[in-house]
Amino acid sequence: MRSSRQKNIVNYLMFGLTGLCTLMTAGILFFILGYLAYHGARSLNLEFFTRLPAPVGETGGGMANAIVGSAKVLFLATLIGIPIGFLGGVYLSEYGGQTFSFVIRYVTDLLNGVPSIVIGIVVYALVVHPMGHFSAIAGGVALGIMMIPISVRSTEEYLHAVPVSLREAALALGAPKWKAIVTVVIPAAIRGIVSGTMLDLARVAGETAPLLFTALSNQFWSPGWSKPTATLPVMIFTYAISPYEDWHRQAWAAGFVLLVLVLSINIIARLALARGAYVPRA
Amino acid sequence: MATPQQQQILREPVIAPPEGAEVQKSHAEPKLHTKDLDFFYGNFQALHDISIRIAENKITAFIGPSGCGKSTFLRTMNRMNEALRNTRVQGEVLLDSQDLLSMDVNDVRRRVGMVFQKSNPFPKTIFENVAYGLRVNGIHRRAVIEDAVTKSLNRAALWNEVKDKLHKPASALSGGQQQRLCIARALAVNPEVLLLDEPCSALDPIATSKIEELLFEIKDTTTIVIVTHNMQQAARVADYTGFFLLGRLIEFDNTKTIFQNPSKKETEDYVTGRFG
Repeated sequence: MRSSRQKNIVNYLMFGLTGLCTLMTAGILFFILGYLAYHGARSLNLEFFTRLPAPVGETGGGMANAIVGSAKVLFLATLIGIPIGFLGGVYLSEYGGQTFSFVIRYVTDLLNGVPSIVIGIVVYALVVHPMGHFSAIAGGVALGIMMIPISVRSTEEYLHAVPVSLREAALALGAPKWKAIVTVVIPAAIRGIVSGTMLDLARVAGETAPLLFTALSNQFWSPGWSKPTATLPVMIFTYAISPYEDWHRQAWAAGFVLLVLVLSINIIARLALARGAYVPRA
Repeated sequence: MATPQQQQILREPVIAPPEGAEVQKSHAEPKLHTKDLDFFYGNFQALHDISIRIAENKITAFIGPSGCGKSTFLRTMNRMNEALRNTRVQGEVLLDSQDLLSMDVNDVRRRVGMVFQKSNPFPKTIFENVAYGLRVNGIHRRAVIEDAVTKSLNRAALWNEVKDKLHKPASALSGGQQQRLCIARALAVNPEVLLLDEPCSALDPIATSKIEELLFEIKDTTTIVIVTHNMQQAARVADYTGFFLLGRLIEFDNTKTIFQNPSKKETEDYVTGRFG
């Protein structure tokens, strides 16, 4: 028999160890936030948001083109990924047969696990190569594909959380199934679906690998959709591995801006969700 | 032009039946008529050989222990069970002597309205809840909808309590009010039959008595079928009562007969509280 004293020690040890790891989880986020704020915020100024990158050798300049470029690529990605993901989710939740839905759900989860760089290569072969050059379109397609699986699953789950009784109420009034879905089920879930979409967007906003060989980058403005386009993540990559002190400073600033952007989207999405939506049981 | 369905929705509900109607109806066809109805959930047979004639503009109640099939039977009469996977129905259901199972399902559900056990208002305003049935049936004229909403809320005895907050969310109402709102919502499309699946099981006695009163008000124009766990409720409101046990309709008769002089032993045991 072990003494109660020994048992107590093990108990405290477990408590301490698990607690410490929990603290670390939260701590890592705050550390990253603080570290980026320390390096990035210092380097941040108005020029960063309004000026083009300075030519090599000169100091100063900004990343206005990358901010606009990121917005353009994300816009395209949303345009491609969300309609497909949303309607696919509606199908899975409302129409799909059991076996078929299971297969699709499984495949969707696999697609979600495909490394982002692989999606980049495929889009390179299917879009960049035929077009003959890198473009915002190619970047949008790559990120759009990455958005689909999460969009499908979150749409499906939020629709699923809408009580059956609401569907029955609509059907019992003579509403055809599609009308019940459009006028009752989707409106009841829309808050969750929108915040799921925002989280999805926030997730791909920081993707770098698939953009490296789709949108590439650009030191200048890229009017239209078919030119190589600068984005924040790729700029961070390019600037961080450069040998110039001033570029490192700018990379920190870009990292800080990207992080604030992504965190804001996250927080807004979660706030929206907190206000009385039907939330799927975890 | 309004479609025939829409015209039917918009017809004035007859407030009192014409004189002598009772006599004429005594030999009339029943409003709802099932013949040898079987129902299956997968391999499980939930209903056996149900044959019943439900009289027009009367209140018919079904009683019986949990799981006896009374709700399942109710849901075959507006084909709500079709929304469930892996179910099968055999036999005949006639609505005004016409085969209900081969009609357009949305048409059936508009003519045979339903109120559920747990009140289920849409997460919309009180007004939009009642207007919903009209809108999905293609009626969009504002004046027509407003008129129908007012009438339905009046018939459901809810108007005075909500007239100043029609555009507030339905969730702000009490449980009893929400259930009456669901009744108003069902009445708005002028159903010929109203099915109620244990509508008062979650309500207190005062809210319950309000709903029972309104059933008496609307029974002049609507055939009412109510499933209830509460035998006193059946005795209070119903003209006819059916007793279900293990998926079979054991006995169906005048309410008075069922409660005072049942012909089957099982019915007597149940209504006297010996089991169930």
